[in-house]
Amino acid sequence: MYELTNVTKKYDQGKRSVTALSNVTLTIPDGQMVAIQGPTGGGKSTLLQMLGALDRPTAGTVHLGEADLSRLGDGKLGVIRATKIGFVFQGFNLIPTLTAQENVETALAPLGLGHADRRSRAAAALEAVGLGDRGGHLPAELSGGQQQRVAIARALVKEPAVLLADEPTGNLDEGTRDEIMDLLEGLWRDRGLTLIVVTHDSAVARRAQRRLQIKQGVLKEVA
Amino acid sequence: MFITYLRRELAGRRKQTAIVAIGMALAIALVIIVNAVSSGVQLAQATVLESVYGVGTDITVSQTPTAPTAGDTSGGPQRFDFGAADGTATDGTTTVSRSRLNATRGTSTFDSTALATVTAVDNVSGASATLALENTTFNGALPTFTPGTAPAEGATPPEGGPDGAGGSSFNVDSFSVLGLDPADEAVGPLSAVTLTDGRSLTKADAGAHVAVLDSSYATSASLATGGTVAIAGTDFTIVGLVTAASADAATAANVYIPLDVAQTLSGLTGQVSNIYVQAASSTDIAQVQSDIGKALPATTVKTQADLASSVSGSLSSASDLVKNLGLWLSLIVLAAAFLIAVLFTVSGVTRRTREFGTLKAIGWSNGKIVRQVAGESLVQGLIGGAAGIAIGLLGILVVNLVAPTLTAGTTSVAAAGPGGPGAGRGFGGAAQAAATSDIVLTAPVTVSVILIAVGLSVLGGLLAGAIGGWRASRLRPAEALRSIA
Ligand SMILES: Nc1ncnc2c1ncn2[C@@H]1O[C@H](COP(=O)(O)OP(=O)(O)OP(=O)(O)O)[C@@H](O)[C@H]1O
Ligand SMILES: [Mg+2]
Repeated sequence: MYELTNVTKKYDQGKRSVTALSNVTLTIPDGQMVAIQGPTGGGKSTLLQMLGALDRPTAGTVHLGEADLSRLGDGKLGVIRATKIGFVFQGFNLIPTLTAQENVETALAPLGLGHADRRSRAAAALEAVGLGDRGGHLPAELSGGQQQRVAIARALVKEPAVLLADEPTGNLDEGTRDEIMDLLEGLWRDRGLTLIVVTHDSAVARRAQRRLQIKQGVLKEVA
Repeated sequence: MFITYLRRELAGRRKQTAIVAIGMALAIALVIIVNAVSSGVQLAQATVLESVYGVGTDITVSQTPTAPTAGDTSGGPQRFDFGAADGTATDGTTTVSRSRLNATRGTSTFDSTALATVTAVDNVSGASATLALENTTFNGALPTFTPGTAPAEGATPPEGGPDGAGGSSFNVDSFSVLGLDPADEAVGPLSAVTLTDGRSLTKADAGAHVAVLDSSYATSASLATGGTVAIAGTDFTIVGLVTAASADAATAANVYIPLDVAQTLSGLTGQVSNIYVQAASSTDIAQVQSDIGKALPATTVKTQADLASSVSGSLSSASDLVKNLGLWLSLIVLAAAFLIAVLFTVSGVTRRTREFGTLKAIGWSNGKIVRQVAGESLVQGLIGGAAGIAIGLLGILVVNLVAPTLTAGTTSVAAAGPGGPGAGRGFGGAAQAAATSDIVLTAPVTVSVILIAVGLSVLGGLLAGAIGGWRASRLRPAEALRSIA
């Protein structure tokens, strides 16, 4: 369960200070599917960074279960990211020189698993996203939708509690968008994940149990 | 994962790998070649010097030469006195043969008590004194001067040539003789030679009329072990033949005899011309040199380094070239290669900002990412190093196949009077002429050169890896979310 209390994030750009998040208070129970919408520059990605232990807020606290993400050091945050949180990005962010199978295995590298264990778990994760036969392909040899499937397999192979996705369908056409959303929704349902999706797209947002909007750093629930 | 990722990166980014590796390879090849040629040149210099001064010799001591005093009646080697009863007369011709043994021209002798003074200096581990001499033999046939039939104008000396007055003919032959302590083999000129026949001089030879000959001199003078050689009219038994350790260089003298015998025959009792000194360690040489200089102010004290500067000819030009141009060139190319490796690694990290941000976002530690970047640079460096060693060895092979011949002259360090085979030696003022040797330059491949090359490639790789890794460690994991254009 996420509990954010009075979270403010300011970026200093020279003399000017940009308030990307302003006094955000939010609770997300385990297993919920949440969509975050809002105009560009509104603070969606910044909020996702707070939830994903990628950065600390300027003020306020961010609790994920027992851990206070606003107070932990870089090393501890890294461990939380490695074990509890999966990420899916708009640009897929696969490593271009590694095969699909190896890309999925990178998520297991920090966990200290044996080679065989890593291989079989990564293969199973690729199977789960429907790419069981594409493990040996490089990202450049896969379509956008397939690359995003590999990225989803990479996010889920470590069996995290939370899956965070920043515009996961932003680079895909409509047909592929629906495929990917079907996949994410299915995995969410099957695995009891907390799924938080940032999106511009109302068609994507409508699938969520709960919709939030963030404008100029201020968070609002959408009825 | 480390190995897989490393392999994929190097194979997937071949151009970057190739550029870094080629830069490193060229630099390392250059270092190897310069290093090998440089030690080849040093080896050649050492060969030239050793054959003259001995293997273990660190320092030589000689008397600072002084001009002969006016009215010196001892006469030079070119002066021969004949009495009326000398020689054998046959058919109106008197055949005469005279031998003189004198100090080598250009050198001065000094009292042998200096040896004790030198030995007493701190950190002197060995010292040996020698006396450099020159034996000159006059052989001639002159018209018999019958008492009473001398020309009215008085005795006109023969004019020096077969066609001179009275049909006289003579020739003059000279060879170098070195008197040395037969008990001392560790220091001095005999330490640098190889025995080819018979035996060397031993302690028991003190006072005996025995000689060891330079084998090429023996050949040219038709002498052999078991035979005799006449020195100052005294027959010496030839007990052994020696050659210079290197076939290219000349030995210090034509004939080696015990020091005491040399002193007696030359009339230079208690005199020596050189002292060869060995220091306890190479770090003591400067101190030993200065202490000897203080103890014996009238002498010239030279170190191997001073002696090396006396090597002239194309060998010394090669040495200068390698030392200056070669050293600087390889340093510059090495610096450029390191710079290329660093710049490419840093620009690679910048290009992969999102990649490393993503890895951090999915939980990779900074250490893991730094290791990855450093590992990539290190392997690039090692690939370059391996290629560099291959190119370098090829270069050395070419140098050794071409085998350039260098000439080396050891110019007059008032020392042992280096002498080549005596037959062609000038008679008169040229006695101190430089001994020239032709030395084929060989560039040796040593383990240390290979180790240096490997060390440099590791160093270059680690340097680039450290800087690139430091850059990567400073990337924020949030870079993963940076939107792409
Ligand atoms: N690292 C940063 N340094 C300075 N300013 C930043 C930084 N990251 C975000 N900002 C600023 O914070 C504000 C919120 O940015 P954020 O990326 O969260 O917006 P967003 O809602 O994700 O927009 P988009 O839909 O374009 O992705 C923007 O004004 C942005 O310029
Ligand atoms: Mg954003």
